[in-house]
Amino acid sequence: MNDDLRDIYRQRVLQHSRQPENRRRPSHANREAVGFNPLCGDKVTVYLDQHADTLDDVAFEGTGCAISIASASMMTQALRGRPTADARAAIAAITAMLDGQTVDTPVWLQELRALENVRDYPSRVKCAVLPWRALEGALDQKTESITTE
Amino acid sequence: MSMAAESAAPALDVQRVREDFPILHQSVHGCPLAFLDNAASAQRPAAVIDAVSEYYRRDHANVHRGVHTLSHRATDAYEGAREKVRAFVGAASTREIVFTRGTTEAINLVAASLGAELRQGDEILISHMEHHSNIVPWQLLCERTGAVLKVAPIDADGTLRLDDMLAMLSARTRLVGITHVSNALGTVNPVEAIVQAAHARDVPVLVDGAQATLHARVNVQQLGCDFYAFSGHKMCGPTGIGVLYGREDRLEQMPPWQGGGEMILTVSFSETVYNQLPYKFEAGTPNIAGAIGLGAAIDYLEGIGLERIAAYEQRLLAYLTERLGEVQGMRLIGTAEAKAGVQSFLLGDIHPHDLGTVLDHKGVAIRTGHHCAMPVMELFGIPGTARASIAFYNTEQEVDQLIEALQVAQELLG
Repeated sequence: MNDDLRDIYRQRVLQHSRQPENRRRPSHANREAVGFNPLCGDKVTVYLDQHADTLDDVAFEGTGCAISIASASMMTQALRGRPTADARAAIAAITAMLDGQTVDTPVWLQELRALENVRDYPSRVKCAVLPWRALEGALDQKTESITTE
Repeated sequence: MSMAAESAAPALDVQRVREDFPILHQSVHGCPLAFLDNAASAQRPAAVIDAVSEYYRRDHANVHRGVHTLSHRATDAYEGAREKVRAFVGAASTREIVFTRGTTEAINLVAASLGAELRQGDEILISHMEHHSNIVPWQLLCERTGAVLKVAPIDADGTLRLDDMLAMLSARTRLVGITHVSNALGTVNPVEAIVQAAHARDVPVLVDGAQATLHARVNVQQLGCDFYAFSGHKMCGPTGIGVLYGREDRLEQMPPWQGGGEMILTVSFSETVYNQLPYKFEAGTPNIAGAIGLGAAIDYLEGIGLERIAAYEQRLLAYLTERLGEVQGMRLIGTAEAKAGVQSFLLGDIHPHDLGTVLDHKGVAIRTGHHCAMPVMELFGIPGTARASIAFYNTEQEVDQLIEALQVAQELLG
């Protein structure tokens, strides 16, 4: 009966939303930015600990729906320890995927495919994108909060 | 607004009423549509759709302009709608009925026009449960004039703290803005008591009636308010049409807020003479079809009877609240004694947006989010709620469908 709902709320998504990875404020983050979805009032802060060109730590805090929290959790897990350039590439790949474009995702980003069907729910795409916008803001060292609008 | 109005007339036949609304008879994701998002916008009966369509097919021309037949017909229909609105809200004269784009524009009109008199240190008093449309126009006005916005508190159940609000009336208060029915909490406010206290200090009162006019009889003279703003689309009329009722002596003293055609008697480069009420406040070609559609909506609602509608809705709201209360993990937001049309809630830790998506899959349309009342959400310490809002064409079966869908959400996401 609820098969179609399982398209968007896949098991991986639900797991990450219930027990998110890296939902914490790191003791020595040197980059952070707030993502804000004015539609629902959700806020996600992304923290980076970037040294040379490597993201030693990626974490987040905030409130959000299952989709945005799962997206943040999978994002931090995928990017911890990776080169900063990979974060930029991931932002492009995930936003394109959610935009309905055909994209190749590298193995380390494969888990995010669980969010692929969110693209069939236009009102929910912003939820999935929210932490990625915050990540982008942190990389760009934006001080104002980044909105999904 | 008497919410307990019991009518001597036979109870509303909801199945017959539903036949009048073509949009209700459809499936969404394979389930029958249960439209419980009426506080955002209500649906239209065929009578309204037909009135707008007929006007465009047969009668359209500009109003108050031509000597030709179609212009007469359009003017008669437009002004006929104004008379229907006057009777609907119990105003003394059609000079007191200004057509606007909606509630928001009506409030902005008052803020712009009445606000011209405001000085540094003057005060505008509103409540904590206002919709953004009854907050932001006053904030803009305060920025322009140096006036101060005062906000009366509300209780944890969503009841206005009336005594606190009245105590906040001061010698500097220039206007009170209060919502008749809260869109996020459903609270019905004691408008008459507020008006009495404000008038004792000669302070005008603006009532945001956007959520009230569909749910019970509104009489502006009984309320005694100076301004009453409402929207067509929240009461089965078209979008883009609304009304500002303004007491004639108040409107007479207020300067126009927009300039253009229609709002003038004569124009020369040395002097322009403004038109009489209500045209002084209706610059440019108005939303003629919208007004006619609103008139048709009023005819339709009056045909059923506002008292019958109120009685039916109060029973359905009680059923909705009771059934929601049975769901495990349910937290009802807004449980004031006097309520109309709306029940906000949270279910366990499930985010309202996730609830909204699951419910949509079960054919149930509700609103999720902050409902353009972010200060209310902040007060309750939540980013948003799920909100079910009913109209007289909703049924107990639809409420049951909502409850079943909530159980699905709980299984999936809880």
